[in-house]
Amino acid sequence: MSVSKKVLPGFGLTMGLTMSYLSFIVLIPMFSLALEAAEVGWAGFWKAITDPRIIASYKVSFGCSFIAALINAIFGTIMAWVLTRYRFLGRRIIDGLIELPFALPTAVAGIALTALTVDKGWIGKPLAELGIAVAYTRVGIVVALTFITLPFVVRSVQPVLERLSPDYEEAGLVLGASKLKIFFKIVFPEIKPAVLTGFSLAFARGLGEYGSVIFIAGNKPLKTEIAPLMIVTRLEEFLYGQATAVALVMLTASFIIMFLINRLQIRSATFCEG
Amino acid sequence: MKNTNSIGQALPNAFQPNLWGRRFLIVITTLFALTFLVAPLVVVLTRAFEYGWSPFWKAVTEIYTVKALRLTALTTVLAVTCNTLFGLCAAWALTRFQYKGRGFLITLIDLPFAISPIIAGLIFILTYGRLGWLHPYLVDWQLRIVFNVPGVVLATIFVTLPFVAREIVPVLAARGTDEEQAAVLMGAGFFTVFFKVTFPHIRWALVYSLILCAARAMGEFGAVSVVSGHLRGKTNTLPLHIEILYNEHKFSESFAVSTILVATSVIILTARNVIEQLAKKEDESNVFRS
Amino acid sequence: MPKFVFTLFTALTLMLAFSANSLFAVEITNVSYDPTREFYDEYNKAFQKYWQDKKKEEVTIIQSHGGSGKQARAVIEGNEADVVTLALAYDITAIAEAGLIKKDWQEKLPKNSSPYTSTIVFLVRKGNPKNLKDWGDLAKDGVGIITPNPKTSGGARWNYLAAWAWADKEYNHDRTKIIEYITKVFNNVLVLDNGARGSTNTFVQNGQGDVLLAWENEAFLTLKQEGDKYEIVTPPTSILAEPPVTVVDEVVDKRGTREIATEYLTFLYSDEGQRLAGKHFYRPSNPEILKEFGNQFVSTQLITIDNPLFDGWEKAQKEHFTDGAIFDQIYVKK
Repeated sequence: MSVSKKVLPGFGLTMGLTMSYLSFIVLIPMFSLALEAAEVGWAGFWKAITDPRIIASYKVSFGCSFIAALINAIFGTIMAWVLTRYRFLGRRIIDGLIELPFALPTAVAGIALTALTVDKGWIGKPLAELGIAVAYTRVGIVVALTFITLPFVVRSVQPVLERLSPDYEEAGLVLGASKLKIFFKIVFPEIKPAVLTGFSLAFARGLGEYGSVIFIAGNKPLKTEIAPLMIVTRLEEFLYGQATAVALVMLTASFIIMFLINRLQIRSATFCEG
Repeated sequence: MKNTNSIGQALPNAFQPNLWGRRFLIVITTLFALTFLVAPLVVVLTRAFEYGWSPFWKAVTEIYTVKALRLTALTTVLAVTCNTLFGLCAAWALTRFQYKGRGFLITLIDLPFAISPIIAGLIFILTYGRLGWLHPYLVDWQLRIVFNVPGVVLATIFVTLPFVAREIVPVLAARGTDEEQAAVLMGAGFFTVFFKVTFPHIRWALVYSLILCAARAMGEFGAVSVVSGHLRGKTNTLPLHIEILYNEHKFSESFAVSTILVATSVIILTARNVIEQLAKKEDESNVFRS
Repeated sequence: MPKFVFTLFTALTLMLAFSANSLFAVEITNVSYDPTREFYDEYNKAFQKYWQDKKKEEVTIIQSHGGSGKQARAVIEGNEADVVTLALAYDITAIAEAGLIKKDWQEKLPKNSSPYTSTIVFLVRKGNPKNLKDWGDLAKDGVGIITPNPKTSGGARWNYLAAWAWADKEYNHDRTKIIEYITKVFNNVLVLDNGARGSTNTFVQNGQGDVLLAWENEAFLTLKQEGDKYEIVTPPTSILAEPPVTVVDEVVDKRGTREIATEYLTFLYSDEGQRLAGKHFYRPSNPEILKEFGNQFVSTQLITIDNPLFDGWEKAQKEHFTDGAIFDQIYVKK
């Protein structure tokens, strides 16, 4: 990292284009959001974001997104490990399907998952016999969010595992470390930043998901209403100020999460370089 | 790429659980994939072909489906093009120079990932809609953005904005600037440096990110649904058209149209795998050469 | 680089071609609510033929469907509709308040600007296993109800008000008892979808609940498609739902489509339009045509929204559905 980097050309051009594009697509529209929320004033803003139903919806949104992200952090890491380290029948197919949730319209995903998990569906029926209801409960929301955010952890961890040199692991083995110890002392620290990145991306994405969740959630006030639905509900009542106030809260939450991820990545990047 | 992927049951690697542990992990992965990836796909496919091939064909060739498909294609092409140009610029500006506020900029680029699609649509309505503060100027220019094709394109661009930049930034960041510095010292201009020196290194990452960006752009539902106005044959993209069919109680038709998207994404994702293999091979041969 | 520019250029040309396409044909946009899809699909064809015969001019009609409130909001936010055909007068009044429609819109067309009416009925599973006959039965323990959310769906507001009207009579205007009843009913609701169609799908496709509170036309449509599994129970009292239609003044004046848009709506009152409405299970407002459908529409005691009990949409909305009003109190007691 030397100062001589300044020699490279194109700063004005690329920075200019980047900033104008960002302003046009992201900043100006975001500004409108703040403008609209400002109209209700401080008291109105506070009242809008602390309404009991809204508070309940934050709990549902944050809780379900967190659980879904956690499920993905655990199973996603296992999947990434299996997909990079083992060769078995169907590996290619599974690997090829990972991005399906990105490409499938969220509404279709919601409809398909609901059909699967209602008490008459393929998966819902056996579960219903065990007394577990999935569709139209918070479990259903977690299922939808797990599906929607599935690619994040797998795709963050996979490249790191592929690059991971086996030398360290071999060294550990030669030194007589146990297998579990090798995993937690050598492998895990390497993939930890990637798992965390994937986790936070999944968490942030889950907070905002709307299309698939409304089909499976049941949308019962205080129980299975998610925050984005509350924004829509407020809009339906023509309460733009209140809607944007809630939107701003969610936005700030996302922004903080994303900012933390980037701090993390910068840290891990310098760690790798050094 | 030190890890030469050979066939074999398990890759040569010191840390390995025993055979049963391995099988256990593989079973978990397969089960997880079956429940969360294969099962929804199977639902879509079985419902689509519920009544056989000919109703399926009729549904996917119906006039409104074709119109929606055209709009989706247009939107995808535009979104991918704009975001590619942006992504390349941003990657260069973010990795080749040192300045304050870079972290903030990166976060700003990432933001659309984390924003609820509902909010993504809403911000455009609040800006360009009839109640938006830019609306008077738009009227002067006789421009209509939201509830019109440009709005649909804008919303899609917004949602897929980070894809290319996010993929290229780490790749460029990981590469030093020595080659580029040398080229500059030899008198090369920006475009020469970029296209002759830098571009070959980010080629594969770029193609990979284009593909993801396209896949996501095709499937975007939430944000587009807010700004489109659902004008049939005009501002309905394929995902919106699918919802409409579903709401019209034309269930198997709606799943049939979904298969267009599923098939396209499967093709796209397969293409990605092939590209990844190609890239790997190229990398390996590079390693051998050096 | 040149390749990108080329692609961009092609795409922009394409985009222009897209918008230019719509500049030259006579085109009107009808922004409507969810359950009218099938009706307007057929009605538009009839109107196109009528207009062709009369004016020798081809007309394209662009349809948009969605939850009534959401559609009204889109029009206010700039979705250029020549005509709106929504689920309740309140939504059109909201557009009028935003300045797009003249305040006296409801007097412009006959019968409160409602060419067809409907009511709220119960759709139950075959044999009516829970024996649901009247509104009172909905409050019984163990009854699973499916209805859309009154906050986001016009149809659901009619559902709620119909139940309220029954309770008002039953409990002799005792407010506490009415609210107690309504609370019991909504505690029995299993899934609150965003729109009428969502609820129908939850009830029919996903098999949830014992009874769907539905538009009469929506219930008939389900019966037509899967008649052997469901039956309709028409409660002795219900509400007269008047889905109104009107021309959006600001848009038609700007686009010069007032004549055709007005004609499009008056044609709804013609014999042909009325028959089509009846065919799609809306009650024709013309009593002669209504008779042609014989006993398809069970006559029940129908209360209107202008009944002193509700005193018009504006008051009903304020009392029942706005933020913190009675409907919210059902869920948040604190």
